Amino acid sequence: MAGRVSLFVTCIVDQLFPRVGLAMADVLERVGWEVEFRRDQTCCGQPAFNSGYWDEARQVARHFLQVFADADYIVVPSGSCTSMITHHFEELFASDPAALEEVRSLRSRVWEFSQFLLEVAGVEDVGARFERVVTYHDSCHALRELKIKEGPRRLLRRVRGLELREMEIAEECCGFGGTFSVKFADVSGAMAETKIDSILRTGAEGVVSIDSSCLMQIRGALERRAPGVETWHLAEVLASQ
Amino acid sequence: MRPIPVESLRATLSNQPLEEAIYASTRRLMEKRAASIPEHLREDFQKWREQAHRIKRHTLENLDYYLELLEDRLRARGGKLVYARDGAEVARFITEVAKERGVRLVVKSKSMTTEEIHLNEWLEREGIETVETDLGEYIIQLAGERPSHIVAPALHKTRYQIADLFHEKLRVEREEEPEKQTLIARRVLREKFLSAGLGVTGANFVVAESGSIAIIENEGNARLCSSLPPIHIAVAGIEKLVPRARDLAVFFKLLGRSGTGQPLTVYTSLLTGPRREGEIDGPEEFYLVLLDSGRTKVLAEPRRRESLYCIRCGACLNHCPVYRKIGGHNYPWVYSGPIGAIITPQFHGMEKDWWLPFASSLCGACGEVCPVKIDIPRILLDLRAEAVREKIRSGEARLERLAFRLWAWVMTHPKVYEAAGLFNLALRDDESGWKDTVPGVFHAGPLKEWLRFRKLPAPPAKTFRDLWAARRQKEALEE
Repeated sequence: MAGRVSLFVTCIVDQLFPRVGLAMADVLERVGWEVEFRRDQTCCGQPAFNSGYWDEARQVARHFLQVFADADYIVVPSGSCTSMITHHFEELFASDPAALEEVRSLRSRVWEFSQFLLEVAGVEDVGARFERVVTYHDSCHALRELKIKEGPRRLLRRVRGLELREMEIAEECCGFGGTFSVKFADVSGAMAETKIDSILRTGAEGVVSIDSSCLMQIRGALERRAPGVETWHLAEVLASQ
Repeated sequence: MRPIPVESLRATLSNQPLEEAIYASTRRLMEKRAASIPEHLREDFQKWREQAHRIKRHTLENLDYYLELLEDRLRARGGKLVYARDGAEVARFITEVAKERGVRLVVKSKSMTTEEIHLNEWLEREGIETVETDLGEYIIQLAGERPSHIVAPALHKTRYQIADLFHEKLRVEREEEPEKQTLIARRVLREKFLSAGLGVTGANFVVAESGSIAIIENEGNARLCSSLPPIHIAVAGIEKLVPRARDLAVFFKLLGRSGTGQPLTVYTSLLTGPRREGEIDGPEEFYLVLLDSGRTKVLAEPRRRESLYCIRCGACLNHCPVYRKIGGHNYPWVYSGPIGAIITPQFHGMEKDWWLPFASSLCGACGEVCPVKIDIPRILLDLRAEAVREKIRSGEARLERLAFRLWAWVMTHPKVYEAAGLFNLALRDDESGWKDTVPGVFHAGPLKEWLRFRKLPAPPAKTFRDLWAARRQKEALEE
C-alpha cells in the first residue's frame, strides 16, 4: 500500500451522486492506496460562507477540522469544496489563532481528487477504458483558486477509447454558484444555456468535470434541451474499465 | 431593504438583440485583451499587475502626503486644485466659473467621474449647454441614456439603432455604416469644439510630484476638450493619484491592454497646468477638481480599501458571465459589473444595493483579469457577510437565518445529518432519473426556483455512506 487516504465525500456527492464517491474510492484503491471513510463527516461549510452566514459556516468548518484532524491525506471529489478548505477557512478563522493553526496544518493534506492522483500518487494512467466522446468543463474554483487546468485533461487523455473534444468556452462559468442559482434563477439559467450551446457544438456524447455541483446545473438544463447528452464526474470516467 | 429587481433582469434576458449585442461585444473585448498579452509577455504582465497594485496601495496609504504635494506642485505650475465633497460641489464650482466668464457651451470628454455625479444634468439646469464629445458618450447623450459599460458606454446599442437615433435627433440621412456615422458626429462636434468656452475632462491618473494629469483615449476628443477652449476643468476622484510620472508607465501598459486590447491607446496626454508663456496651445486657466463623494469612507475600511485601486478598464465587466447576461443598465449605478457590485454598496450604503454582491456566481473571472489585482471575489464575499449582518439588524433575515442555523446544527450533528437525509427527505421517490417537479409542499422556495430552468436529479435510494458501509460489510464477509 502506498499510504492511506481519507475520503471527504461532499454533501452533494453523498446525497445525490453517491456513485461518484464509490468511483473515487475504486480508482484510489486501484492505484494502491488504502481508503477510509470517516462517517462523522458532513460538509465543508461553503453554502453558509458564500451566503454571508459566517458564524454558521465556522461551526461546520470547525466540525470538519475535528473529523479530519489526524488524517494523512484527505481527498475530495470537488474543486470547490477543496478550495473552501484550503483557501477560505483561513479567512473564516482569522481571529481564532488556535483554529488557524489547525487550518494551516490541515491545508497541505487536503487534495482535490485529480490533483492528488497526479501530484501525490504520481499516476497519470489509472488503467481506465471509456469509449465515449467527451468534452471537459473547467469548474471555476478548481481553475482559478486551485489552478487546475491541464491535470484532468492529462488524466483523460490516458483513458483508453476516450476522445476529448474541447469546447470553445470551457472556462466560462456554468452559472451554478450555489445559492446564486436560486436567488438569481433566471440569470443562472441563461448562463447554463450559453454553456450548453458550447457543449452541443462539440458533438460530444457528454461532459466531464471534477465538480458534481456544476454537473448538476449543466445536466439539469441539458435534460430539458438535449436529454441524450450525459454528464460524468472525472472519477466515474477513471473508474470505468 | 430593496428587493432584487427580478422583473428588469427578466426583461433584459428575454431581449434577444440586446443579449447578443452585449455578449458579442464583450467577447470581442475579451479576445482583444488576450491577443494583446501574447505568451512572451504573460510573466511580465503578472509582474506589472503586482507593481500597479503596490503603487496604488502605497499612494492610498499615504494619500494625505501626496494630496499636499500635488496641491503645491500644481499651484507652482499655475493651476488650481479644488476639493469637492460631492457632485453638487463639483457642479457648483463649474457653474460659477462658467457664469463668471459668460460661458454658454461646455464640451466634455468621456469621464466616469462626471457620469457618476450626473454633471450634465446639473449644468443643463443652470442653462449651460453641455455636449459629450466621445462618440459612445455622444450617442447615449442623444438617446437620453446612461452608459452601460465603463469603457464602451454605448455597447448595448446596435449600429441600426444608432442610424435611427442620428436620423431622428440630427435630422440627417439614415446611415448604417459605423464609419459614416462617425463622420456625421465629427461634423457636429467640430463646431462645438470651436465655439465652446470651457472644456471638462476626467483624468485617468493624477501625478502628485509634477501636478500633471494623464488622459488616455482613442478619439482625440479629450485632447481637443483640454486644449481648444480657454478654460479646462478636469474632474477626478481622489483615488486617481500616483506619486511620480515614472509610475505611469506600468499603468499605461496595463490599462490599454485590459480595456481595449491595445498596447497603448491612440492618444496619451500629460497635461500640466495652463498654457505658459512661449507655448503655442493649451488653456488660459486650468483647474483640477478632486472629488470625495464616498471615497474617504471606503479608504477608512482596510479590508475593502483596495476597491479604490480601480483604473476603470472594464475588463472585469467583459469577463463577467453575469454582466454579459444582464448588461450594464440592470446595475443601479453607472459603475456596473463586478467593480460596480463592490463599490456601489460601499459608496451608497447597503440599504438599497445589498443584493449586488449576491449577483455573482463567484466564478472569479473578474479577479483573474483585474489589472491592479483587486481581489473582487473576496470583497464580494465580505460584502455578503456585511449585508447579512445588516439584514439581521433590521430583522429582515429571520427565516433565512433560522434556516442556516438549523443547517449548521444538522451539519455538526452527524447522526442527525444521516437521519435527515437532507436532500433525499424531500425528493426521494421510486423513479430514478431527472425530475421536473417535486411533491406538493416541497415545490416552493429554492426548489421551485431551481426547477424553473433545470431538472433535478432524483436522489438515489442510498446515500454514499450507506453504500460505503454495505461495501465494507461485503468485503469483510468475503475475507
